[in-house]
Formats: sequence, C-alpha cells, structure tokens
Amino acid sequence: MPHIRNFSIIAHIDHGKSTLADRLIQWTGMVGERQFRDQLLDTMDIERERGITIKSNTITLPYTADNGEEYELNLIDTPGHVDFSYEVSRALASCEGVLLLVDASQGVEAQTVANLYLAMEHDLTIIPVINKIDLPQADVEGVKGQIERELGLEADQALLCSAKEGLGVDEVLEAIVQRIPPPKGSLEQPLSALIFDAQYDSFRGAIISCRIFDGEVKPGDTIRFMYNQSTHKVEEVGIFGLQREPKKKLSAGMVGYIIAGIKTVSDTRIGDTVTLEERPTAQPLPGFKEVKPVVFASIYPVSADDYQALAEALEKYKLNDAALIYQKDASAALGQGFRCGFLGLLHLEIVTERLEREFGQSIITTVPGVQYRFTLADGQTITVDNPMHYPDPTRIKGSQEPYIRAAILVPERYLGAVLKLCLERRGVNSHISYPNPGRVEVTFEIPLAEVIIDFYDRLKTITQGYGSFDYELLDYRDSDLVKLDILVNGEKLDALSMIVHRTRARDWGVRVCDRLKDEIPRQMFKIAIQGAIGGQVISRSTISAFRKDVTAKCYGGDITRKRKLLEKQKAGKKKMKMVGQVMIPQGAFVAVLKTENE
Amino acid sequence: MTPVPPLPASMNPFVDAALPGLYVHVPFCLSKCAYCDFYSIPDGTLIPDWLAALEKEAGFYQDRFGLFDTFYLGGGTPSLLDLPQIASLMKGLRRHFTFSPDTEVTLEANPDDLTAEKVKLYQDLGVNRLSLGVQSIHDRELAFLGRRHNVRQTVAALEAARAAGFVNLSLDLIYGLPGQSLEDWRKTLVQAVTFDPEHISCYQLTYEPGTPLGRKKVRGEVIPATEEEERDFFLFTSRFLEERGYLHYEISNFARLAEPRKDATPTLTLPPQGGGNPSVASLPNNAQFLANEEFCPGLINNQESFYRKLETENRKPHYSRHNRKYWNHTPYLGLGPGAHSFQNGVRWWNTPSVEQYCRELAQGRTPVADREILSEEQLRLEVLFLGLRTREGVSLDLLRQVPGWEKTLHNLKKEGLLEVHQNRAAPTRQGFLLADGLPLQFMDEGMGEDDIYYALETSAKIPHLSF
Ligand SMILES: Nc1nc2c(ncn2[C@@H]2O[C@H](COP(=O)(O)OP(=O)(O)OP(=O)(O)O)[C@@H](O)[C@H]2O)c(=O)[nH]1
Ligand code: SF4
Ligand SMILES: [Mg+2]
Repeated sequence: MPHIRNFSIIAHIDHGKSTLADRLIQWTGMVGERQFRDQLLDTMDIERERGITIKSNTITLPYTADNGEEYELNLIDTPGHVDFSYEVSRALASCEGVLLLVDASQGVEAQTVANLYLAMEHDLTIIPVINKIDLPQADVEGVKGQIERELGLEADQALLCSAKEGLGVDEVLEAIVQRIPPPKGSLEQPLSALIFDAQYDSFRGAIISCRIFDGEVKPGDTIRFMYNQSTHKVEEVGIFGLQREPKKKLSAGMVGYIIAGIKTVSDTRIGDTVTLEERPTAQPLPGFKEVKPVVFASIYPVSADDYQALAEALEKYKLNDAALIYQKDASAALGQGFRCGFLGLLHLEIVTERLEREFGQSIITTVPGVQYRFTLADGQTITVDNPMHYPDPTRIKGSQEPYIRAAILVPERYLGAVLKLCLERRGVNSHISYPNPGRVEVTFEIPLAEVIIDFYDRLKTITQGYGSFDYELLDYRDSDLVKLDILVNGEKLDALSMIVHRTRARDWGVRVCDRLKDEIPRQMFKIAIQGAIGGQVISRSTISAFRKDVTAKCYGGDITRKRKLLEKQKAGKKKMKMVGQVMIPQGAFVAVLKTENE
Repeated sequence: MTPVPPLPASMNPFVDAALPGLYVHVPFCLSKCAYCDFYSIPDGTLIPDWLAALEKEAGFYQDRFGLFDTFYLGGGTPSLLDLPQIASLMKGLRRHFTFSPDTEVTLEANPDDLTAEKVKLYQDLGVNRLSLGVQSIHDRELAFLGRRHNVRQTVAALEAARAAGFVNLSLDLIYGLPGQSLEDWRKTLVQAVTFDPEHISCYQLTYEPGTPLGRKKVRGEVIPATEEEERDFFLFTSRFLEERGYLHYEISNFARLAEPRKDATPTLTLPPQGGGNPSVASLPNNAQFLANEEFCPGLINNQESFYRKLETENRKPHYSRHNRKYWNHTPYLGLGPGAHSFQNGVRWWNTPSVEQYCRELAQGRTPVADREILSEEQLRLEVLFLGLRTREGVSLDLLRQVPGWEKTLHNLKKEGLLEVHQNRAAPTRQGFLLADGLPLQFMDEGMGEDDIYYALETSAKIPHLSF
C-alpha cells in the first residue's frame, strides 16, 4: 500500500488534462507507439467527435520512481466542462491528491476555482501544474501570480509542463510519488469499498468501478451492497489498464472493478458501499453529495410501444451517468415518458445522444426548462421544474427564476451583435473587457432559461463560430412568469407547454404555431393551433381542411387496392399522436424544438 | 356489448346474404381512350379464343355458383362484339349457370356501336339494362378524351334503345376536364337529364399513370382541375341531379326515383360544337357562374344533408343492382381477363393478359392470378370504407366497436360530414367529398375480434332507404 498513489487530473475545460494523461501513460510505458492515439482515455465516440472529456476515466500505471521503487499510480482523468462536475467530485472521493492544471495562456478560469474547492473539500493534496508553457502567449509569471492570489496556493510549488511537447512530465511523475500520500486503510478491517461509477454489460451485468478503502475482495467472495443489502457472488476483480485487467484480488488502497453477475440494474447505486457478506463493515462510507440539476426536460419514446424499452435503457444508462436524475412523467399527447434533470444543456444533449447511440432508443425531448420558484398566497414557496405543475395562477403571489453570469469571448468585430443578443435575451449588467488585443469578453447576467433554448446556435451564427460561451449560476430573481399552452382545436398539447417570461411568450407562441402548421398534414377538419396564456390567445395559425378527397371508382377490382391503402394509412396512424380528432406526426414535436436556422 | 361467439366454419355468413352477381369482362376496344387504364386491347382477332376460354372458365365455377340475379357485361367494349359473338357468349353462359327470372342484365355500350339491329338483339337475348359511355355532350370534349363517338351518335343510340323498349338506361359521364367550366358541365347534365335515364354515373376525370392523358399531365401539357374546382363540380353535380329526382346513392352514382315517363323521348338542343382545345376560355369562369343564381341557386359552399332534400314518396330508386353487390360483400363471380371474384370471404382475380387467359384455359387450368383470404379485420375494414361511400352508410353497431367512436361520430356530425339515421351513420354530401378519409377516423387498434360479425349481420340486411 505504501506504493500506491491515487490521484485525479482536474482543471478548467481544455486546459490539457487528457493530453497530460496521455504523456503520463506513455512515460510509464503503458502503451506502445502503435496503440497510441491522442486523448487516449477519451474512448467514447462522442468524446472524440467533440474533443472533450465527458466521463472520468481511470487507468493504473506502473511507475518506477527515481528512488528505484515500483509504484502503482491510479490516474483518473476528469472532464472540465461544468456540466460534468459531478464526475469530478466522485473521482475525488477515490483520491489522496490532484494535479490542478492551469493553462499558461488562459490562466485561472471558473472551473479551475470550482474544482480546486472540490479537492479541498476532500482534503486532498494539491499539486498545481502550469501547462502549455510551449505556447508563445504563455504567461507563466502571470499565472503564478494568479495561483497565489486567486487560488491561495504557493506558486513556487507549481510545476511547469507542456503536455503537448512532453516537457516537465518527469517532474510531474516524481511529484505524484513524493507529494501525494499513499492511501490509508487497513487490510485487516472488513471490506469497505466505494462504488464511484458503473457500466452495464449485457453479458456480465453491472461492472462496478470502486475504490477499496479497507479489506480486500477476490473472486468467489460474496459481496453485499449496503444500500439494499443485496448480495452477489464475485466472478472477477481487476484494475483498469487500457482494458480491464483481471487480478487475483483488490485490496485496501486500490482502485479497480468488480464483476459479480449483477443483472438487477437497480441493485447498483453509485455512492453505495460494498462489503463482504461474511464479515460486513459496520459503517457505510459517506457516499456522494446529491446532484442538483439545473435544466429539466421530459423525454418520451417516439413510439409509445417503446416505453418499457426506454425505461430499461435509462436504468442502465444511469449506472454510467450518476448525474442524470429522472422520474416518471406522462403527457396526454406523448404518452408515458420521463421527466429528467440535467446538470446543464450539454449534459442534456449528451444524455439524449448516448441514449440514442448506445442504447438504440428513439426519443422526443420536450422544450427544456429550468426550476422556477413560486410564492403562493399562503406564503409557501414551491419550486416547479415541469410546466405541468405550474400552480393555479390566482394563488401566485410572486415568481422567481434562476439567473446566471454569462461570459462570451469573441473577436472584437462581433461585439455589437453579441450585445444585441444579450439584450434580446433579457441580459443585464453587461460588462466589457479586453483580455487580449482584438478579443473582447462580455459578461452579463441573464436568466438561465434564456440560454437553454436556441442560444448557442444563435451565438454561433452571429459570431460565425468564433464565440465561446461560459456561465455560472448566480441566484434567483423576481420575474413575471406565465405558462404558455399550445392548443390544437382547443385541446392542450401538454408536452409543448412552457413557463416563460411574459415578454417572451408571444415570440415563442408564434414560433410554435408556425412550426406546427408546417408539420401537421391537412386533415378532414380545419385545425386551429393556438398559443394561449390562461384563456388569452396570443398566437394562432390554421391548417385548412381537405376540400376534396375521394376516388371516383370503386368496383370489383378496386376494393382490394383501396383496402390495402387504408391498411397502410392505418399503420401510419399508429405513428401519429391523436389529439382530439387531429393526427399529429411525432416529427412535429421534434420540429418545434429545432433551432431557427436548421 | 356481448361479444358474438366465433361462427363455426361450416356456417359461413356470406353464403345466404343475397344471390350472387356475375360479371364478364370483355377485354376489347376498337381504340384506347386517352384517360382509360382498364384492361382492354384494340386487337379483335383474339375474340374467338376468348369466347371459347370464357365458356371453359364458366365450367370451373358452375358448381360453386348456381344461381345469379345480376349479370353485368363490362369492359372494354362489350358492344363491339358482333351479333353471333354476343349470342354465343350468352348461350355459353346459360349452359353453366342459371339466372333468376328477374335478373338484371346490363351491357356496357359505346354509342357508336348501338345500331337499331343490335339493340333489338340485346333485347331478345335478355339484356334489360344498357350502360352507355356518353361521357359528354360537347364534341370537343369527346375529342379531347379520345372517344370515337360524337354527340349525334349518342342521341341516335339513346333513341334506338328507347325505341327498342329499354326501360333501364344508365349514362356514364365525365367531368373535371382541364379548362372545363361549370357551365360546360351543366350543359352536359341538362342534356343527360332530358333523356330521362334511370341511372347516371358521373366520374371525375383522373390522370392515370401510363395513359396518354397521364403522360400529358406529367409533361405539364394539361393543367388538371384544382381541388377547389373538383369540389365545386362534385357538389354541383350532386345538387343538380338530386333536384331533378336522382338519388345520389354512391360517390359516383345516381339513381332516378320515379318510374320513367311513358312518353319519354330524347329531345336535344345541341350546344354549339366548337372544335379544338377545351381549355380555350371562351366560357364564363366558374366564379361568375357560381354567383349566377339562375344556374345554381344558393348552391355551393353550405353544408348539405341529403336527407332533407329529396321528396320521399315511396319510390324505389333504379340502383345498379349489380354494382351494389361490390359494396356490400354480396358474392360475385368475375369471368374474363383481369376479372375479380368474391365468395365466402375470399377474393380472387384473373390474369389480366388476354393471351395468358386463353392459354391457361386452353390447357385446362383456371386463369386465377392470385387470391386473398380476408381476415375478419380486413372484412370489417372493407365494410367500413365501402359503406361510407354509400348513402346507406354503416351500422352504428360496427362503429360502436371503435374506442372513442362517439366522440368521433359527434365531431364528424358537427363538421357536417356524417348523419345518423335508423341506427346507421351515413355520409352527407360533404362527407362524400371526403370519403377516402372518413374510414380512417374510425380505424383504431384495440378493436374486438368479433366485430366483423356485427358488420356482416348488418351489411347482409342493408335497409332500403326509406323516402
Ligand atoms: N500547445 C499546447 N497545447 C496543448 C497542451 N496540452 C493540451 N493542449 C491542447 O489543448 C486542447 C485541449 O486538450 P485536452 O487534453 O483535450 O484538454 P482537457 O483538459 O482534457 O479538456 P476537457 O477534458 O474537455 O476538459 C487540445 O487541442 C490539446 O492538443 C500543451 O501543453 N501545449
Ligand atoms: S371504351 Fe371504355 S374501356 Fe375502352 S378504352 Fe374507352 S374508356 Fe377504356
Ligand atoms: Mg479531457
């Protein structure tokens, strides 16, 4: 155990964590030339396509230190994007120390600070590493100053490196061994292991990733999950190399995996403690803080028949993404589905994409929303994240919505366009600064709800792709909120209802009515589409009815043909949602959510 | 509703519903009309082979179909058969089948074929109903449609038919030609009505792929009527003919209510027969025409119920008894290339090729190309959509099987598309216009297996419309 080091690499997004991990992996000789590729630990397709880390990833590196001793380094590469900070916090529970990376050209940024705090909460040893020193615009002295002032760390402790060029990697490895303490814990104590991640394998069941704090576990043992007392027979244990590497046992201090034929997905809970049935530990480990989602949306299967499949997919998916929370939801228009909470928009996007790609689900996502607060007549304050639970308006005394501080970094020539967008979206207190020549940073306070629909795309368009956007949650502020309903021939399409600021209701209403008009085919009846607040209609569109739809002849030979056509139409009808008498194609719901320029 | 227990296979619901009908397809025409996609060939040399084959085919069915009470000679152009041919055809069929004494015997004829001599022979052979392909009373429209006859021949044919004593005549008419005005069409209707036919079929011109007219449309050489125009023509036709005592009993079919006047002789005032392209816009446009109360009082866009319109003395309409069999699942036997048959819930059809048809039968095989055994669900669907194309509509007992039927029915009534009479839901004039979409409104999953028996029970005894 004295020769084990457990550590994470943490930083703001893009500061080079995964690249540094690559170098550490190569320096310790884990991979040969041919097996190597950049950001080796970013194994998911979406991670590689987007060039960002989404999931924390563990790898055990064998390292012979300068003192000649052999060490086992458990490295966890973490994501930098704020939406995945839950991945970071869980990784930290398995570590004794962190490498806190700071990009020498960007300096300390929002997630540098946020992640540092997380590490301090866990009482971890912090090794500041200034990365990208190879860049011409690297400002090592300036960054050292920030480390002192803004992070409160000793700047002379900071290592200098270029992950890209492989400069300073030896020093980093040595510092890990020397500065980060070995894990504590005792082999004699009963098994106590923390589940920090898991993955569902259709052959082997849930594969759990865990950090062993005390005791040991080996194949043949019967383990017990302390949350629900379920027991499972261990089939295999091992550590994370490039692939899973089976071992004879996992013992205190180690990070590895356990396979125990766990087919009941719900038995596995991230944050749960694993112990042995024969000799259980008395106390479970503290587990993880609860996630606090900020963006909410419902997801429904495209075909109502697939609800059960979606339910199962979600359960398995959640093993691998503990930040997703969900509960049952039902819509008159879309049937049964799930209300989900996400850590942000990117998270929402990733969840839906992974459900489709990894689990083969076809889903419809409703308009994303945030969590609103309403003060009611009786003085009670409630939070509402689902428009279906919007309170009776006559009882509402006050309403509030979450604000964020947004920071947009763009070339100077786009300043005007960005300010205009900020104004359109109810941004206030804008502040302009010039971090480097030719570039301007605009910060402003804006309701979160305004950036979760259609904002990134608009920003991308108006800045021709040059804008970068970042935000942090601020507070709740008073706001004049209303519920906008969409009605089709007087019947509410509850899946399209949303809570909006009064001044933005009309825009949204017009947009939805127009989109639906394009998407719903003509039918036997005239179809009136309306956007309404309470009883007041604020937008409308109309789809005229068929004027004539009949074939003239129907004699002996025509009957079979005509029936077959009807059978086809009937099958097509199954893919439509009936709202009253109106058949609405599933695609219409999706189209409403698409952004303007698609 | 108590579910109806499944019937034993021996107790087939179709058998006794009504006497079956016999159809014979005459797959020959002297020339092809521009819009026609019926199966017919312009080569008459195969007629003798076809006649021989037909009798053989009849032989295959003589045990399965004993007695008929309708016989329909369709095509193609049955009237191009010469006198010996038609006589031998009839004789051949009588060798294998029996016809009830009151059998309706229809023959489809083109006006240019109907000589006094032929008409007389038809009478002698037992034909008691002639269906005439009149199509239009404008020569330039007939030319556009690629018809061989002209208006004078039509008049002559009708005179000959009446003179020979035919008291059951049906006229086929076509409307919605490119550039045709409502006034053009009205003149055709006015003229048709002066002949006092017992039955009129009015078909909307369609542009079938592969026909000369279909190709013209693809090439953009003709501009078809708009949906709105088609609607105007349809409603106008319905209204016009109902006001003149014709019951609009199926989408395209009208049956006169009264007995024919004894002195009915066609009186014809020919409209000016300008040649050339019918799309030449020398006629009043439809908007003006529609505004003209004299032509069509208060007519087009209000929602119209059939039931408040016709006077309802106890008069029996001159339906096409044979065609109604197609619409209510009465068994029928179709002989000849491409003909369809239906019996005991099975539908089958012949190869459409005359050569193959003759070859198969010459070698002692039936010319059946394929068949389908209809599931209960499929039969139910057919009852539904066929019923909704007729004035009888469908039994509420059938609709009741559909979840949410009451709401659907209520909405369709509210929209003026359906009416409920005598426990049946029937389309209104507006409903007829949308008849392709109506059944879909009542099609849902979760329907009971047994529904079809209701459909069958009720369809077997379609009430006569009471007037
Ligand atoms: N010039 C230079 N570029 C670097 C260095 N380290 C990383 N990069 C580049 O910075 C970009 C981001 O690197 P990543 O390693 O993916 O950053 P990350 O911190 O893992 O990003 P997330 O996982 O998305 O938070 C890539 O284009 C790297 O090539 C460095 O030392 N020098
Ligand atoms: S006569 Fe009748 S069947 Fe023959 S081509 Fe003309 S429309 Fe078709
Ligand atoms: Mg990364």
